[in-house]
Formats: sequence, structure tokens, C-alpha cells
Amino acid sequence: MKSAVITFPGSNCDRDMHIALNKFGFKNKIVWHNDNELPKSDLVVLPGGFSYGDYLRCGSMASKSAIMQSVINFAKSGGLVMGICNGFQILVESGLVPGVLLRNKYLEFICKNVFVKIDNKDNPYFKNLDKEIFEFHIAHNEGNYFCTNDQLKEIEDNNQVAIYYCNKNGKTEEKFNPNGSVKNIAGIFNKEKNVLGMMPHPERMIDQSLSGEDGSLFFKNLINNIK
Amino acid sequence: MKVSAVITLKKEVLDPQGKVIHQTLDGMGFKGVNEVRQGKYFEIDVNENDPKKAQKIVEDMCNKLLANLVIENYKIIEIQ
Repeated sequence: MKSAVITFPGSNCDRDMHIALNKFGFKNKIVWHNDNELPKSDLVVLPGGFSYGDYLRCGSMASKSAIMQSVINFAKSGGLVMGICNGFQILVESGLVPGVLLRNKYLEFICKNVFVKIDNKDNPYFKNLDKEIFEFHIAHNEGNYFCTNDQLKEIEDNNQVAIYYCNKNGKTEEKFNPNGSVKNIAGIFNKEKNVLGMMPHPERMIDQSLSGEDGSLFFKNLINNIK
Repeated sequence: MKVSAVITLKKEVLDPQGKVIHQTLDGMGFKGVNEVRQGKYFEIDVNENDPKKAQKIVEDMCNKLLANLVIENYKIIEIQ
């Protein structure tokens, strides 16, 4: 299985993602944002970081990068595209997933482990996972998911919410919402479920000596689903 | 021509920075402030002498990059 991680100026989780993908069996290539063409890939990942210094709005400049036209075409033809953290911000700015990510409600950069609940397994990312609640890491200043009421209705009607912030028992109450996101939303799909954007970093949870292995479960499952 | 555009968050979008500025103003003794909303200001010098055309160019920029219309509105406030 082949994957590609796009490096934008200011990306800083590209290497972590590269290591995670290779560890679980992908043959990953790192692709520079100024390239026009994607290598042949089964999965394209937009990594976390601070592309273009978060100028204007997070992800807004990167969403206009040369490579993004190929990424958008790849997604529109059904290819799997996953955006993590800043990658999620780039996905919303490029219009591949609905909504937008605002400044965290309490204006602080949040860096901690959180629990998330998978809402919908009818998609290539979460299909066949044998649990619903995962512990992932978040590190962001603009992760406060927002969308209009009309968009929210559409998102919910189409089962596009990928994950919700919750506690370790899976309760998705407001008090377990770290950043003010609408309805505790931590990740979202496009309508077709081949594009996934999420704030948490599964690539930071692939080693027990770091902070956990829930990311390992996610990646192992993902490559098996794609095979 | 120089075109000035202001971008503000839509009414229904929470503006935590505006809120904090409001609280700080209040603490400094500026009483009677009803609300503070923070926005962005752009001054764009375009190579165009017709004000209507210059406005159109900057509106196009606002629609495509400068504003995110899910959460923001823009307004051209000056053309000179």
C-alpha cells in the first residue's frame, strides 16, 4: 500500500506521520507542496503543523498550494485523503470537508491527551475497529469546529461526524469538550466518507514508551481496510 | 487604485478575542461598552484605474481567499 504525506512550509508532523505510516506497512513518500503531481497513492495525508505560519487563517494559504489541486482531484475521484490538525484546517479551507476551525474557545493552546468516540464505522477509516473509544493527543490553538446550522443538519443527516470529544467512558458532554467545538466534534468526513479531517494526532500514539498505542490500532486497521 | 477591505466575523460566530478585549476595556474603566468584535483590515494596491473594476478584483480576492464566508463577512470601505 502506498501513501503520500504532503509537506507544506511550516508542517511539523510530516516526519512523525511518515514514520507511523511506514511502521504499519505503508510505503510512504513525502511530497513537497510545490509539486504539481501526486505519486501513485492509496492514501494521501495532510499533516499537522503551522503551514505558512498560520497567516490569514490556519490552512488558508496551504489550501491554494500547487499540490492541492491534485489532492482535490484525487479526493473527488474517491481517493482517501486524511487531514490531521493543520491538515484538517487545510481540508476545510479547500472545501473538501464542510465547516471551519476557529480559535479555541478559551484562547489557549491546548496540548494534552483526550478521549474521542468514533460515531460511525461505515467508512474505510474505522471499519472493523473493535472498540469505539480512543485516546489520542491534541495540540492546537484553532480546533474549535464551527459550521452553520444548515451545514450541521446536513452533516448529521449524512452521518458525517467522524469522532466526538468524550471522557474515557464515551460520554460526549460539554465538559469533555476541550476547545468549544460545535457538539464536541473532533473530526468530520466529507459526504462520501473518503476524506477525513480530525484534530487529534493518531501518529503520536504508536509507541507505548511515548504515550500509548491507540494510534497503532488505528493505523493497523486502516492499512487492512485499504488492502 | 488602493482598495480597503474590512473582514469581520459574522454575528452568530463567537469572537473570544473580542470578548476578552471587551472585558479588559471594562477593567480599564471604559464603562458602557456593549460589545467588541475584532476583524481584519486589508489595503490592496491594484494595477487598475477604474474604481468599479478595482472593487470587483478585490471582492473576488475576498470571496476566494481573504475571507472565509462560512464565518466571515467582508466590506469594501474605501477606493482611492
